[in-house]
Amino acid sequence: MEFKTYSSPHLPVSGSVATMMQRVLIALLPGIACVIWLFGWGIVINILLASLTALLAEAAMLALRKRPVMTLRDGSALLTGVLLALALPPLAPWWIPVIGCLFAIVIAKQLYGGLGYNPFNPAMAGYVVLLISFPLELTMWSAPGSQLSFTDTLVYVFSGSLPAEQALDTLTMATPMDDIKTRLGLSETLSEMRGSPVFGSFAGAGWEWINLWFLVGGLWLLQMKVIQWQIPVGMLSGLAFIAFVFYAVNPDIYSTPLFQLFSGAAMLGAFFIATDPVSACTTPRGRLYYGLGIGLLTYIIRTWGGYPDGVAFAVLLMNMAAPTIDHYTRPRVFGHDR
Amino acid sequence: MAESATSFSRPAVESFERLYTFHGGLKLPGHREVTAKQPIQSAGVPAMLVLPLLQHIGEPAKSLVQPGDTVYKGQLIARQSGAISANLHASSSGTVIAIEERPVAHPSGLQAPCIIIETDGLDRYRDEPAAALDYSRMQPGELCDHIREAGIVGLGGAGFPTQVKLACSERSRIELLLINAVECEPYIACDNRLMQEHATEVIEGVRILQRAVQPDSCIIAIEDGMAAAEEALRSALATGNETGIRVTRVPEIYPSGGERQLIKVLTGSEVPSQGFPADIGIICQNVGTAAAVYNAVIKRQPLLSRIVTVTGDGIAEPQNFATLIGTPVSHLVACAGGYTQDVERLLIGGPMMGYAVSHDDIPVSKTINCILAVSHEEMPAPPPAQPCIRCGKCTVVCPADLLPQQLYWYAHSNNLDAAQDYNLFDCIECGCCAYVCPSHIPLVQYYRHAKTEIWAREKQTMASDHARQRHEARLSRLDRIKQEREARMAKKKQALSSDGGRSDMKKAAIQAALERVKRKKQQADMTPKNVDNLTPEQQRLIAAADKRRQHKDDTE
Repeated sequence: MEFKTYSSPHLPVSGSVATMMQRVLIALLPGIACVIWLFGWGIVINILLASLTALLAEAAMLALRKRPVMTLRDGSALLTGVLLALALPPLAPWWIPVIGCLFAIVIAKQLYGGLGYNPFNPAMAGYVVLLISFPLELTMWSAPGSQLSFTDTLVYVFSGSLPAEQALDTLTMATPMDDIKTRLGLSETLSEMRGSPVFGSFAGAGWEWINLWFLVGGLWLLQMKVIQWQIPVGMLSGLAFIAFVFYAVNPDIYSTPLFQLFSGAAMLGAFFIATDPVSACTTPRGRLYYGLGIGLLTYIIRTWGGYPDGVAFAVLLMNMAAPTIDHYTRPRVFGHDR
Repeated sequence: MAESATSFSRPAVESFERLYTFHGGLKLPGHREVTAKQPIQSAGVPAMLVLPLLQHIGEPAKSLVQPGDTVYKGQLIARQSGAISANLHASSSGTVIAIEERPVAHPSGLQAPCIIIETDGLDRYRDEPAAALDYSRMQPGELCDHIREAGIVGLGGAGFPTQVKLACSERSRIELLLINAVECEPYIACDNRLMQEHATEVIEGVRILQRAVQPDSCIIAIEDGMAAAEEALRSALATGNETGIRVTRVPEIYPSGGERQLIKVLTGSEVPSQGFPADIGIICQNVGTAAAVYNAVIKRQPLLSRIVTVTGDGIAEPQNFATLIGTPVSHLVACAGGYTQDVERLLIGGPMMGYAVSHDDIPVSKTINCILAVSHEEMPAPPPAQPCIRCGKCTVVCPADLLPQQLYWYAHSNNLDAAQDYNLFDCIECGCCAYVCPSHIPLVQYYRHAKTEIWAREKQTMASDHARQRHEARLSRLDRIKQEREARMAKKKQALSSDGGRSDMKKAAIQAALERVKRKKQQADMTPKNVDNLTPEQQRLIAAADKRRQHKDDTE
């Protein structure tokens, strides 16, 4: 009798890359629901366009690279598309997510060798290309509570025309972070701005809830052991720490740590973007430093840079530093001296 | 290593109350429901015994028998060769029919020299067994000799000759004798059954080991789920525990039965990377080895059999068998009711560290604790590997604190130096990393391959180093000879060229030549005294000799 021979271990494996990606997508749902609730259907159209582009681009590239096209099922391209869509303004024209995803998948991911070989976070690479190339489209954020129907949104995204009774400037509004930056430029202090409608209960209006729901999803990912704690904890504590230092020095021009933690893409970045394992650090201690670096850089770019948020740039910068950090943060091996 | 030995704080017996943890590890499904409850059965005497000469770490034993020899049960048939080696005994009586290469239990389906005995079914000893030894009066060295004679090796899996381990106690003081009964791999229950059914023998075996290594304290470590075994051990100890043996339960976290991991759990100390437990004052022995020591010292029987768990959904009636060493796996499976219809994989050892073999025509050696036959349903073929996404789940579970994803990266790209730099050789191949890998990469296979490559490379480097050294030695020797010759020549030249020296030398040379001539003349004039009455033959010989001498003088 001839038996089959495989390498040990023989116990059947449990997880898979596809399961991991599925769980990340599930964990995004509460945050996505909150975005829909606040900003309307635009984000759904973004997600659909971005996912479709990402999947088609991935399939085409796999075919060109003579790799099994069904590798698509690992869900990584879909996740890239969804993450990029979440970074875009809900009423962005249709070609914005399409161009962003094409760059993310074709150039930032597949040309480097596909899943597992990309040195940069594909979604953030795609986002930064858009941000640099089309700054106007990328800063037109919807006003919270916009009441455009799904079809109206669809028409607007594809043609740029609105229903007669709607005016564009009632639909869009600067984000709280942008608004604060502008007003600080006009020498207003934060305490003077406190009563402004861009402020919510403890951070930016609306954004605090989005961040809260992404935090919930992220905690679930931690509990499911899809991600490990080092990167989110590192990033959030880095951001909170530097925010606290400057807030303590001058609360009139520097916002509170809580505001920083619950504004912009802080929670989405900490739990879903910075934790992309391929482009992040891989040693436990390295991941902590990597997260800290992203937190600090996010604050610096937010506060003194010219862009609406700093997470994307911070992630890409730390991607570059990841191999070096890994090199210097190898754990002590069992039975070895430090 | 010496530093570690001194830094090991002497643990008092009481201090082992506390348990420590090691990094990583896994909680695995036990799969022991069936076998842990099955009493040990005898597998009987098979028609044929195949006894590999190498069933242990070290040098193979040297055969003492010839084909055609009749052997008795317990007869020494191969003697250890070298310091790290083990004796081999006939596990039943019969006739040696061959000494040849046979397939043995090895991941690569290797063949190795074996003594093949056709059994006579009588299973008879040559003599009545000798009287039990009174070990409490014996010196450690004497006990070690008996253990060596009995051919005992570590029965936990590695097969390190037991006497070699015990001899460590002569060199350094042993704080702790650790009896490893933590069967952490799923499915296996042979140690568990051994303790349940033979607790008294196990305890006495441990006492003998205590006598042999003279430790300060002694612990039998079992797993949390072994309540019955614990009770059996405790009741065996209840009748008198003068030597202070402790029974400690450790959490069921794979691989807590690994020697290094178990030592960490019980003492908090780590065995140095390339060192041995004895370096930190610990000797670790498997519980089955303790029972074998009991047999050797009390029953005066060498290591002839061991307990093997035969299980998996590919086996009709999973059981634990007392198996003669050399019994073919096929015989053992037949004893367990044979294979089920849909058996697909046959494993030697557990499902984490065991290896798959392609056929069952291999013998049970001293180190085999489990035969596991499974169907596709129980253990489906591994899914195709996907690229590593560096998720780090492997790092989280690695009990050696390695970075398996980096090791894979380097092993995959054949960057062996980097793999070594990332401590490839600290990998114990427990398989935790591959078990959790979402990309289903056969990580352990990569590490084994890289290790083999590095060993091959080192062998090659050693050979070429040797050749280079010889070449360099030859060059330097030639160079030295040349220099010496040149130095001599220079000296001569200098001597000749210096003025005073030359005339003196010339004078002396002339004088010497004159002396020589004078002496020769004297010799020629001298008439030998015994030349009267010579036979013509003698005269002819003398004439010839004179002629030769003359000729020699002329040429000089």
